[in-house]
Amino acid sequence: MEHTILEIKNLQKKYGKKEVLKGLNLKVNAGQIIGLLGPNGSGKTTLMKIIVGLIQDYTGDVLIGQYAPDIHTKAMVSYLPEKTYLSNWMTVKDTFLLFQDFYKDFKIEKARDMTVSLGLEEKQKISTMSKGMQEKIQLILVMSRQAKLYVLDEPIGGVDPAARDYILSTIIKNYSSESSILLSTHLIHDVERIFDKVLFLKDGKIEIDEYVDVLREQRGLSIDAMFREVYKV
Amino acid sequence: MKEYDNKIPIYLQIIAQMKIRIASGELSAGEKISSVRELAQYFEVNPNTMQRALAELERENLFYTERTSGRFVTTDEGIIMNLRNTLAEQELKKFMNYMKQIGYTKEEIIKKIQSWQKEG
Repeated sequence: MEHTILEIKNLQKKYGKKEVLKGLNLKVNAGQIIGLLGPNGSGKTTLMKIIVGLIQDYTGDVLIGQYAPDIHTKAMVSYLPEKTYLSNWMTVKDTFLLFQDFYKDFKIEKARDMTVSLGLEEKQKISTMSKGMQEKIQLILVMSRQAKLYVLDEPIGGVDPAARDYILSTIIKNYSSESSILLSTHLIHDVERIFDKVLFLKDGKIEIDEYVDVLREQRGLSIDAMFREVYKV
Repeated sequence: MKEYDNKIPIYLQIIAQMKIRIASGELSAGEKISSVRELAQYFEVNPNTMQRALAELERENLFYTERTSGRFVTTDEGIIMNLRNTLAEQELKKFMNYMKQIGYTKEEIIKKIQSWQKEG
């Protein structure tokens, strides 16, 4: 029935002497949309980079399906980094062709549909686009793959509220019981209605790992309000 | 974007909206319900949340599932009448509490309702 897409055991990661992840445990089942929450510097991006294979000097076990993050898992994991990485000389169409070459699971028709919906043009050059437009293109690229696991680091941070709604409805539309989405955000209020579960990252571990409706029932608070409580400074 | 009160479990808010539709007849007895996926898109929520709301409505016998053909509104008019009654009671309770708070007696409330003309 419920199969595990991602399992992490006793994950530790240091930058020099600074311990960012201190024995983190985590399990993600198929068919879930999970919010990864935590203040700046709590290790969200580090955790995501480990999952997608960009950071390799960690200790502990990370398993995606049955593999540790490597070449195998790149084909299963679709990653949206926090910062844009698109080359300036490319047009939107070039980025689609690049992704088509790189990833067997990339659906170019889907990317084209989303481009039109978001009012962008395939012939436009990346260098002439605003930051928000570039973020939309990146999200289109990432969501047009048929991956097992989507790792989205702040996917809506830089885009306007109307595009935010479109992106959230795209995530819902793309939902599959066979794949999972791990999404970090500071815009909790806008996103919390689409989560199954949230993970609160604190002191290098997962402090809370619970279904959002269970948390609301138990505490009578929104996830946004709960965040403010857990991380009160 | 749909407005939800993020303090209250989303599935409960969907159940409440569905109940209004059943009580009003907008969803009529025996009518076929859209798929979980379509409803999730309509309500702009996660399909798992939608599934949970539908399961609860089924548990309350407002919906039923036929294995091959899908999910339907109950054909039992008694259940629908009960639902209307329960929803009305809930709202009335809130209203009566408020009217008492602002000092109305039951008689005054009844008079007020009788003389009340809806604007527009």
